[in-house]
Amino acid sequence: MAQDDHSGVDLVAADSSHAEQEFAGSTGTAVIPHDAFENPGFEPHRLRVTDEDPKREKRAQRTVYTLFYLSVLGSVWAIAAYMLFPMESNDVGAVRLNNMFVGIGVTLALLGLGFGAVHWGKSLMTSAESIDIRHPIGGAPATQQGAVEVMRQADEESGFSRRTVIRNSLIGALLAFPLPAVVLFRGLGPQDQLPVELLSHTMWKQGTRLALDPSGVPIRASDVTIGSAFHVIPEGLNDLEHGKLEEKAKAAVLLMRLDPADLTESPERADWSYQGIVAYSKICTHVGCPVALYEQHTHHLLCPCHQSQFDVTNHCEVIFGPAKRPLPQLPIAVDDEGYLIAQSDFTEPVGPSFWERH
Amino acid sequence: MNRSKRRTGRRHPLATAALLALGLVFTGGAYAALSSGSVAQAEAEPTSQQTIEEGKKLFQANCSTCHGLEAQGSDDGPSLIGVGAASVDFQVGTGRMPMQMQGPQAQVKPPQFTDEQVKQLAYYVASLGPGPDIPADHLVNGGGDAANGAELFRINCAMCHNVAGAGGALTEGKFAPPLTDVSGVHIYEAMVTGPQNMPVFNDLNISPEDKRDIITYLKYVQDNRSPGGFELGSLGPVAEGLFIWIFGLGAIVAITVWITAKSN
Amino acid sequence: MSTATTRSTAPEKRSFTAAASEYVNDRTGIAVAIKGLGRKAFPDHWSFLLGEVALFSFIVVLVSGTFLTFFFQASMAEVHYDGSYVPLKGVEMSVAMASTLDISFDIRGGLFVRQMHHWAALLFVAAIGLHMLRVFFTGAFRKPREINWVFGFLLFILAMAEGFTGYSLPDDLLSGNGLRIIDGMVKGIPLIGTWTSFLLFGGEFPGTAIVGRLYTLHILLLPALVVALIAVHVGYVFIHKHTQFAGPGRQPTNSVGPPVLPIYAAKAGGFMFIIWGVIALIASLFTINPIWNYGPYDPSPVSAGTQPDWYIGFADGALRLIPPGWEFVWLERTWSFNILVPLIAIGIFLVLVVSYPFIEAWIKGDRREHHIADRPRNAPTRTAIGAAGVTFYAGLWAAASSDLLATHFSLTMEGVINALQATVILGPIIAYFITKRVCIALQKKDREIVLHGYESGRIVKLPGGEFIEVHQPLDEYDRWRLVSFESYEPLMLRPNARGKITAGQRLRASLSRWFFEDRIAPVTRGELEAAHSGHHAAEVDTTHS
Repeated sequence: MAQDDHSGVDLVAADSSHAEQEFAGSTGTAVIPHDAFENPGFEPHRLRVTDEDPKREKRAQRTVYTLFYLSVLGSVWAIAAYMLFPMESNDVGAVRLNNMFVGIGVTLALLGLGFGAVHWGKSLMTSAESIDIRHPIGGAPATQQGAVEVMRQADEESGFSRRTVIRNSLIGALLAFPLPAVVLFRGLGPQDQLPVELLSHTMWKQGTRLALDPSGVPIRASDVTIGSAFHVIPEGLNDLEHGKLEEKAKAAVLLMRLDPADLTESPERADWSYQGIVAYSKICTHVGCPVALYEQHTHHLLCPCHQSQFDVTNHCEVIFGPAKRPLPQLPIAVDDEGYLIAQSDFTEPVGPSFWERH
Repeated sequence: MNRSKRRTGRRHPLATAALLALGLVFTGGAYAALSSGSVAQAEAEPTSQQTIEEGKKLFQANCSTCHGLEAQGSDDGPSLIGVGAASVDFQVGTGRMPMQMQGPQAQVKPPQFTDEQVKQLAYYVASLGPGPDIPADHLVNGGGDAANGAELFRINCAMCHNVAGAGGALTEGKFAPPLTDVSGVHIYEAMVTGPQNMPVFNDLNISPEDKRDIITYLKYVQDNRSPGGFELGSLGPVAEGLFIWIFGLGAIVAITVWITAKSN
Repeated sequence: MSTATTRSTAPEKRSFTAAASEYVNDRTGIAVAIKGLGRKAFPDHWSFLLGEVALFSFIVVLVSGTFLTFFFQASMAEVHYDGSYVPLKGVEMSVAMASTLDISFDIRGGLFVRQMHHWAALLFVAAIGLHMLRVFFTGAFRKPREINWVFGFLLFILAMAEGFTGYSLPDDLLSGNGLRIIDGMVKGIPLIGTWTSFLLFGGEFPGTAIVGRLYTLHILLLPALVVALIAVHVGYVFIHKHTQFAGPGRQPTNSVGPPVLPIYAAKAGGFMFIIWGVIALIASLFTINPIWNYGPYDPSPVSAGTQPDWYIGFADGALRLIPPGWEFVWLERTWSFNILVPLIAIGIFLVLVVSYPFIEAWIKGDRREHHIADRPRNAPTRTAIGAAGVTFYAGLWAAASSDLLATHFSLTMEGVINALQATVILGPIIAYFITKRVCIALQKKDREIVLHGYESGRIVKLPGGEFIEVHQPLDEYDRWRLVSFESYEPLMLRPNARGKITAGQRLRASLSRWFFEDRIAPVTRGELEAAHSGHHAAEVDTTHS
């Protein structure tokens, strides 16, 4: 690159010594002054106390083998601890002791070995430094030319560059052959279901009773006193043979009773609540954590994962945090026996947003 | 152990409670249910008129500035009519009341009153209107089913108080306090009364036996140190991450410096 | 048998070791390797051991993980727990969770191995992170090591993937909510998100497939890739030979340090045991991931303080920092910018990290091999960029614990989040300028020391009555450490051969100006002589002392 040349008088080539010639290459925008200091060469070798004082050498030797013996002791102790501290059934304290004493034995075994070896290396092994000569990573010019020649010859003999029809068809085949593998991955999901369909419905339907999580006991409107928060599942969820968790992951609801005067309800949702009792999806509209931290005086719901906050008095509109959409409301009513029931399924998909949702 | 069997076993008390509630609704007890949810008045100690009188004096001297002379409430504090003895025992017994200053929420402090005085205050307030009572001993001594309690704790409590009861953050500077040193009585009272911003968990939501189980679980956690060693505050991965960076890697970097330092 | 034969044919007495060595060598040719590598020099500096920390903790992960596979069952079939831990007895949970509890409570030493595995995994990623910072700040990614930087970066990503897949395996409440978040994030990706989640979980979340699938990735595919990449990465360290800091006798053309055999082998081998010992010590004394507290996964409960392991924290923090309302419906499709913006921001950040060596090389136009590590101060702009990146990452990381920051420092959660939003945007800029100024100040200080010597603290009175502090001049070795670096100057924009200035060259020139405008050059011999003659009178008695 022409721009990188430094032809000024105060600049010389980066590499002056013979050895450095091998590493020649553009210096780019580096500035190399002509009167830079020169490497003074190695410092005189400094002896350690263990090199000079036989007593200290002896002491270092003692330290090293003591550490190694400590290591043996640690190993033996770990085996003994394994037997001395069995894990009695139902006793957490025994597990704690087993973990700690076996662990400390193993620790001693490992640290004794490690510190012993390092101390040996540091204080007793000859401390002279070794010097390696570096060679350019790209190899000598002759090697590089040889490689080029091999490749040229291979190309010549195979006709890879010449026979373009063959080459292009080969590239095509290579591009096409992994595609069937991609298709195979369709099998990761069930073939007879569509995700958007599944995400759009939950277990709630008209008349499903609201039941306590986890017992499944249905809830009466009169049970829900002001200031209460009930964690709710649809009645019948516990009886499902399959897909219990999948249904619960969509159908979990939080039931709260507020003073009806505190609720600001839009006209079209006025009959979705019952005497101040409201039911909202517990699944965050951000990325799906259960939003269950209900503050009974501020009427705020907080998601513990990413701190989205929803205002229960105002149809669970977002008041803080990364969520955008309000929590979906489950329209509820009371049946003849006084039990809370759903008027219908949620009127929109619950949980995190997805591409096809609108 | 079969869980469905256990479930049905547990359904009896709940069903009883539900029946009881039904009866109350029909017999005009709706107010009590609506305002407090707990109707377990039967267990109350026999309270003499004298206790209540003592409590009234204490109340007027210490609480009436905010809650009004007759506990009717003022701009600075809510009415206490119908909050029940449990609420007073919790708020005063944990030192939250009297409040030092207005803030996001009342803080735990060393209690300002003796146990006897707390009881006197509690029964005075209880005499003003029906409300949840201080729970009986057998409900708070930790003699229940820890596994059931743990499950209920995870569903109803852990989102605010953390699965190990280490506490957690709420909005605008409020927080759910750690439960690691809280007594069984106070945990029970907090559930039935819903202090500060905590929701109320009445006996139809979590039955007294279930509450006992929750307390049993918390006592189990309090009494048994973690089998893995120090808990690092039971704060989860954040504490673990900080620990490995500061103490794990910190120690290791110190060792690397020692290894590469010139031996003298 | 063979030793007997050897002995019978050899007339002189031969030791067993000698005979065995010969036997092995005749079949493996190992002598070539020993001769070639045995005395290889390994430059010594504490920061050069950080990669080894990662390697050694990975060995712990591998060995302890193998032990765990003997007991862990990656099945999501529901069972009723009947192990030793009382508060979970009879609770319905997946086999994965139950078997993890059994490892913890019913297999002696099982909890110890499990805690070793998890602590070592945390240390593995942390050590990689610190190692990457060392490589970055010393410029050890420069030619010829750019590609090894990429391999190292891939290892960092793979380590995080290993960590996350492992974190999810016990199917406890914490990791289940972690997967829930992943599910929500995947669903937020335009076009492919919904289907990707559907295929990943084998249907609806949580399904019964994910633990088994993650297990396959965790113990087969990912470790195989990690082991292969470690082999390549370490192989290139041998081929390139390690960088070294400038020092007397250290040339760009040599590599100076203790030989592999015996000192380096003793130190590194010992260090390996020390790392293992540190992990064992932590595992025996400190609880990690107490799944018995978390309980089995259930979509309804959640715990306060639900966080991922530290290395995923920055992504979780990025999600937390998005202000409300960043999601739109457009063209009848949902555009979840509250998920896309964090993903894209993290993506750009990671792309900048992996491509930095190539960007810097392009700006400098320097085609030489660089084997002398930079002192961070001698590359002020790079160091400042690194500090900005660290600040950005740390801001996101801190955001992942916003709730804990709020409770532990008595702050409001909203205040913490707003402050961290500002930190993530402004923090890097502030960190950049402060770091750059500090670097340049340190360089100036170095120049002062080279030109005028150290301040000795000794005050002398001159014959004229003047007091001066004696400056101790540097010996040539210390001086060399301070002057042996190169500075770069901004690129001069000139037309190319066809007389044109291309847009690429303009960009390169402006980047070059940004990098090298504030340039402190190393002291030259001429400057030192000039300084000495100028202060001759004042320093007359110190230069000869």
